[in-house]
Amino acid sequence: MSQVNAARRRVLPGFGLTLGYSVLYLSLVVLIPLSALLLNSTGLSWDKFWHVATDPRVLASYKISFLTSAAAALIDSILGLLIAWVLVRYEFPGKRLFDALIDLPFALPTAVAGVALTALYSQNGWIGSLLEPLGIKVAFTQLGITIALMFIGIPFVVRTVQPVLQDAERDAEEAAATLGAKRFRTFRTIILPELIPPLLTGFALAFARGIGEYGSVVFISGNMPMKTEIAPLLIMSKLEQYDYAGAAAVAILLLLISFLLLLVINSLQRWTRRSVR
Amino acid sequence: MVHVWRRKQIVRRGVSAGLALLLTAALAACGNGSGSGSTDKEAGGTTEGKSTEAQADSSAKPVELLNVSYDPTRELYENYNKAFATYWEKEKGQKVTIKQSHGGSGAQSRSVIDGLEADVVTLALGYDIDAIQKKGLINEGWESKFEHNSTPYSSTIVFLVKKGNPKNIKDWGDLIKGDVEVITPNPKTSGGARWNYLAAWGYALKQNNNDEAKAQEFVKELFKHVPVLDTGARGATTTFVERGIGDVLLAWENEAMLSVKELGPDKFDIVYPSVSILAEPPVAVVDKVVDKRGTREVAEAYLKYLYSEEGQTIAAENFYRPTLDSVKEKFKDKFHDINLFTLQDVFGTWDETQKKHFSDGGIFDQIYTPGS
Amino acid sequence: MAGTVPMTSVQTSAQASPATTEAAWVKWLLITAAGLAMLWLIVLPLLIVLTEALKKGWDVYVAALADPDALSALKLTLIVALVTVPLNTVFGIAAAWAITKFKFRGKGALITLIDLPFAVSPVIGGLIFVLVFGANGWFGPWLSDHDIKIIYAVPGIILATLFVTFPFVARELIPLMEDQGTQEEEAAVTLGARGWHVFTRVTLPNIKWGLLYGMILCNARAMGEFGAVSVVSGHIRGQTNTLPLHVEILYNEYQFSASFAVASLLLLLALVTLLFKSWLSWKNAH
Repeated sequence: MSQVNAARRRVLPGFGLTLGYSVLYLSLVVLIPLSALLLNSTGLSWDKFWHVATDPRVLASYKISFLTSAAAALIDSILGLLIAWVLVRYEFPGKRLFDALIDLPFALPTAVAGVALTALYSQNGWIGSLLEPLGIKVAFTQLGITIALMFIGIPFVVRTVQPVLQDAERDAEEAAATLGAKRFRTFRTIILPELIPPLLTGFALAFARGIGEYGSVVFISGNMPMKTEIAPLLIMSKLEQYDYAGAAAVAILLLLISFLLLLVINSLQRWTRRSVR
Repeated sequence: MVHVWRRKQIVRRGVSAGLALLLTAALAACGNGSGSGSTDKEAGGTTEGKSTEAQADSSAKPVELLNVSYDPTRELYENYNKAFATYWEKEKGQKVTIKQSHGGSGAQSRSVIDGLEADVVTLALGYDIDAIQKKGLINEGWESKFEHNSTPYSSTIVFLVKKGNPKNIKDWGDLIKGDVEVITPNPKTSGGARWNYLAAWGYALKQNNNDEAKAQEFVKELFKHVPVLDTGARGATTTFVERGIGDVLLAWENEAMLSVKELGPDKFDIVYPSVSILAEPPVAVVDKVVDKRGTREVAEAYLKYLYSEEGQTIAAENFYRPTLDSVKEKFKDKFHDINLFTLQDVFGTWDETQKKHFSDGGIFDQIYTPGS
Repeated sequence: MAGTVPMTSVQTSAQASPATTEAAWVKWLLITAAGLAMLWLIVLPLLIVLTEALKKGWDVYVAALADPDALSALKLTLIVALVTVPLNTVFGIAAAWAITKFKFRGKGALITLIDLPFAVSPVIGGLIFVLVFGANGWFGPWLSDHDIKIIYAVPGIILATLFVTFPFVARELIPLMEDQGTQEEEAAVTLGARGWHVFTRVTLPNIKWGLLYGMILCNARAMGEFGAVSVVSGHIRGQTNTLPLHVEILYNEYQFSASFAVASLLLLLALVTLLFKSWLSWKNAH
């Protein structure tokens, strides 16, 4: 294995250039500014930091943020796979438009998305008024937060699965089919394993994005402490008191947890890839 | 060994190549940036030398001011800026353009602290101007620089209810009855909401012979009737007006009047409680900035003219309570006489109020702490 | 470069083979399900935006878009997108190349660091640049002495947008290029091709769709970003307001129709980039 890698390194050019540039750009745009956040919270003693970051209200908001983001990312993964599959594999009228619409959640400013979704799901909205008699409340509940995060996250899943699906080799599938494998079995044993890495990536991105999301959520969540108050909102309310260090403390803990989660998902993704190969 | 050394060299070469690429890109970005608006330079880029020059023949050179304000004053300053520009040109023969920036009061104040070059600030709370002063951008004693604690216009907190007042809400006490739902933004993120909270507190104190515990009880009960805590005043108005959530909206008087005008006089009524707070949104010149840019004279005149007959009339037309007697008289039908107490009377300074009520772990937080 | 490697037309050839397609009823069931999911998740909210935008009629709609403040916001938004998308694209390609074509220690951490901006709340994404370049930040005094404005001016807005859209292209390319392996490039190199040639002739045709998706997403998000930009913009009308900020202003002025009209303009811009993509793929197919 290592012999092959050594050979690889020698064969393909550009390692130094691309890695050097990547690391430099990453440092300038992301790491150095983020370290400013870290240094800002060093104004707090460890005790104070811990106290701020683990206040019951802050903890409740972490829980809400993580749960709703995870739920949204999970549903997005399923729906996203379905949509990507249909877009890549089938021809049907209106496919182009269908394809084009996927990205629009990114283009819509998050605040507009929040307002539109609240209008849709509040008790006098198109969907909200239908659900109201059934006793289901969406706007101003955690369900509402989840839906807003699903809207924000769906393009991530579709757009990471789509290219891989488009490029997937059909040979194996065809071989399996000619060997008499049932279609579903082919899907499960040949296609799905190929799709797991991009699906995990899509999940991770949708999830990470959900944790940080502020603009679209504050409209639909109702912002009730302990119930529908998300962590980014607490950061805002600390800033409003000119408490930069406190805001940084909450943000850093949030960042740390998401970083670890992403790291786990990314390693998992690489591991599944290796076991597939 | 040789291999390792070579790799290091490669990486180093890569880094330097990357740096060069990035620099060109950054330069391109900057070029684009300054190209996007020649106004950019006029607004901020005046050097020391230029500014003294500008002061010397201020009558000729057009001048630009930046007024950093909070959300509900958009309509007010849109009208007022035109009036002042006309006045100033007539008076001094100098063209003045006023740029506006609006946002949440606290966020706006933070922007000024972090370098947004505002010539004047017109914010929702003295607390937010105090914060700028503490950073040394505004000289001490700004409150007494203009009349009435540097508040040219005032407002108060009233109730907005659905037409015909179906829940029969007359006063603060009615807000905590039965299933009444109250809409107010979050005092931690909205300046206006702090006035709402303080008005309720002041009422409860008056009602209970200044018993603080009872007041806290009342406010706690009140927030139990709040189903949605929006982050800003306009968000709360939308929740109440557009989404139809809640029975009563606690709002600035000017906001309530404006939303009735904009969103349907046939749909909502304004209810005046027996007693409320005198909300004083103050104004100040940002000394550091005007001295740097050489705009002190026009900036001070800009705020001063708010107190003039014309300035006061524009304020009143935009639903702010005027402070000038003659204009007060003219608009006395528009603004109901209600019993108003000031922040100073009941709570003291903003610093004390903020610390006691709205800081982390303060009384407002205790309302939502489980088990209390 | 198009046509040198006939790899991307797998799709059409496979469509013909019945052995790898599902029964018709499964196909239509899946299409319907996907359509419903789309309708629910994406189309309905967009319809809300459009109906609100046109509620007061066409005149109000046009007036909202022709407003000078809206036009200056549009200009700024386009400038920001034009600067950020190429910068992040170059980075994305470089990072994907390094990560997928070579083995080195810390790769997993690097990938995760690239993802990091997604996990950062947009508000924090703006705040960090205030902490670095703001008047009380690291470079604040120096910048103010030299009269260079970054925060509350266009460079700050570009920086915040760069941060927020940072991972898109890289994230799009990494799984794709990992999937494709390195054999083709290695073959090209052994046949004597030089580095840049290998990339443009072999890699680029293979990754072009992924790259395009990444750029489109990056562009869409660059134009639509609200939270981070709102922190560094200063909200000066006609000067540092981008389209999303202009939408918020209008909304807060109770001009709901106008605000949704401007929002729909953003959607339109996104659609234009997508049509561009469709046109490219059409041109490619012919």
